Amino acid sequence: MSASEPVVSLREVTKTFQAGDLTALQSIDLDVRPGELVSLIGPSGCGKSTLLRVIGDLVEPSSGEVVVNGKRARQARQDGDYGIVFQDPVLYDWRTVAKNISLPLELLGWSKARRTERVDELLALVELQGFGGHHPWQLSGGMQQRVSIARALSFSPALLLMDEPFGALDEMTRERLNAELLRIWEASGSTIVFVTHSIAEAVFLSSRVVVMSRRPGRIAAIVEIDLPQPRNADTREEPHFFELVTAVRDRLREGGLDEDRTAPDEGELLVGEGTP
Amino acid sequence: MRRARRLALEWLPAAAVFVGGIVFWEAIVRGFAIDDFLLPAPSDIAETLRNDWSELWSAAFFTFREALAGFVIGCAAGFVAAAAIARYTLLRTAVMPYAIAAGAVPIIAFAPITNNWFGVTGMSSKIAIAAILCFFPMLVNTMKGLTSVPASSIELMHSYAASELTVFRRVRLPSSLPYVFTGLKVGTVLAMIGAIVGDYFGGAPGALGVEIRRWVGIFAFDQAWAGIVLASALGIVFYGSVALIERLAMGWHPSIRGAGAE
Repeated sequence: MSASEPVVSLREVTKTFQAGDLTALQSIDLDVRPGELVSLIGPSGCGKSTLLRVIGDLVEPSSGEVVVNGKRARQARQDGDYGIVFQDPVLYDWRTVAKNISLPLELLGWSKARRTERVDELLALVELQGFGGHHPWQLSGGMQQRVSIARALSFSPALLLMDEPFGALDEMTRERLNAELLRIWEASGSTIVFVTHSIAEAVFLSSRVVVMSRRPGRIAAIVEIDLPQPRNADTREEPHFFELVTAVRDRLREGGLDEDRTAPDEGELLVGEGTP
Repeated sequence: MRRARRLALEWLPAAAVFVGGIVFWEAIVRGFAIDDFLLPAPSDIAETLRNDWSELWSAAFFTFREALAGFVIGCAAGFVAAAAIARYTLLRTAVMPYAIAAGAVPIIAFAPITNNWFGVTGMSSKIAIAAILCFFPMLVNTMKGLTSVPASSIELMHSYAASELTVFRRVRLPSSLPYVFTGLKVGTVLAMIGAIVGDYFGGAPGALGVEIRRWVGIFAFDQAWAGIVLASALGIVFYGSVALIERLAMGWHPSIRGAGAE
């Protein structure tokens, strides 16, 4: 795979759910280039989480082509080409933090010595040194989500899929983790597809923001975020940051897609939707 | 040291109630000169336990073995059935209503029937009724545990392309353990009930239920009561052992850690 070849390539991807003939996604075309951090934003029920799961081969598209790392999505999933982080950290209570992080490595058959070494690196990366022996429920929500990110990065996947990972956290924790994610993104060199409800979060993090329209989910606009890297707390105070926030909000509003009307407890279509 | 004192303080009220209850019982029986066949005094029961220990113990242990065998068979079958039913949705919708309804059925009423099926004087009829009693709660609880795993937990494993067996072993099984142990604990109680009541309808000479009936028949109420006390003690030990294994197996669980830390 050459450097310019996209990590994710979607062509004419459509997803309809049989129940109620619901069209969740319609004719989605999108390329994500290596090293990009692309956010998907849109009102509740626009199918952004479904789109993320289509990329991860956790939901099968009704039609269209999904290519990840130059392979079919199914093959990419089987090859462990991506790591995923959900809104709920999905940590297993019966495993310690270290063992949660090393779970994918166990499944890949890594030796114990190699796993221990890798977990130490990851704990350092997400700044949780000394917490390896704790159980998940002994950690705060923000710390749990950092464990979840460490687990997703454990096997150094080329692609990181994140489904509103900071959606359940308070504003201050969220901003701190935004900054940490950027640092981790730079350190790991991963490509990230990031689903969010928050315009400010999308603008702060992304190289590009993909604005999606209400059902049936379509790409309404793509906003290039040309804020310089590295970004930090000061970035949020820059006039250009606000201009870009306004630009994304305007795109969302076009056609009555005001994000203010969306409830955070949305019934995004896929809850409970099956796996392949 | 401080821990020991705190523990003692925690147990003190319960211990006081126990001692108080025994003293009250003794006082009532002696004070009102209650007849032996209505209620023997605790001191009399204790004395009988001491005097007839070997006979009582062999009877109780015989019945306990019936209960234990039934428990193992019934719980194992319940677990395997639950794993199969949890796997196939059609099977689940077809079978679960009856498994749940079975919880409302007084299965113990079948005891005379299992005696007919498996022989009155052998252990096997008692093992059968104990097993049937254990089967349904184990099935329903395990089933609930295996199927109430959050969808995202399973989805994560799918993102690793984990096989179904791996998902079962690494996620479904550990996350269902609290439910499995609930089923097991209920099973210990039901197995003891099944074995003793099975004996009441006829069993091997020397089985506890048979002996209790015989003692009542010959007005040896202190012996009957001693047998009941021994059966209760064995039942508590049985339950306690499973609860202890639960603690050891689920040291990670917040409910157990929390209880220890408070």
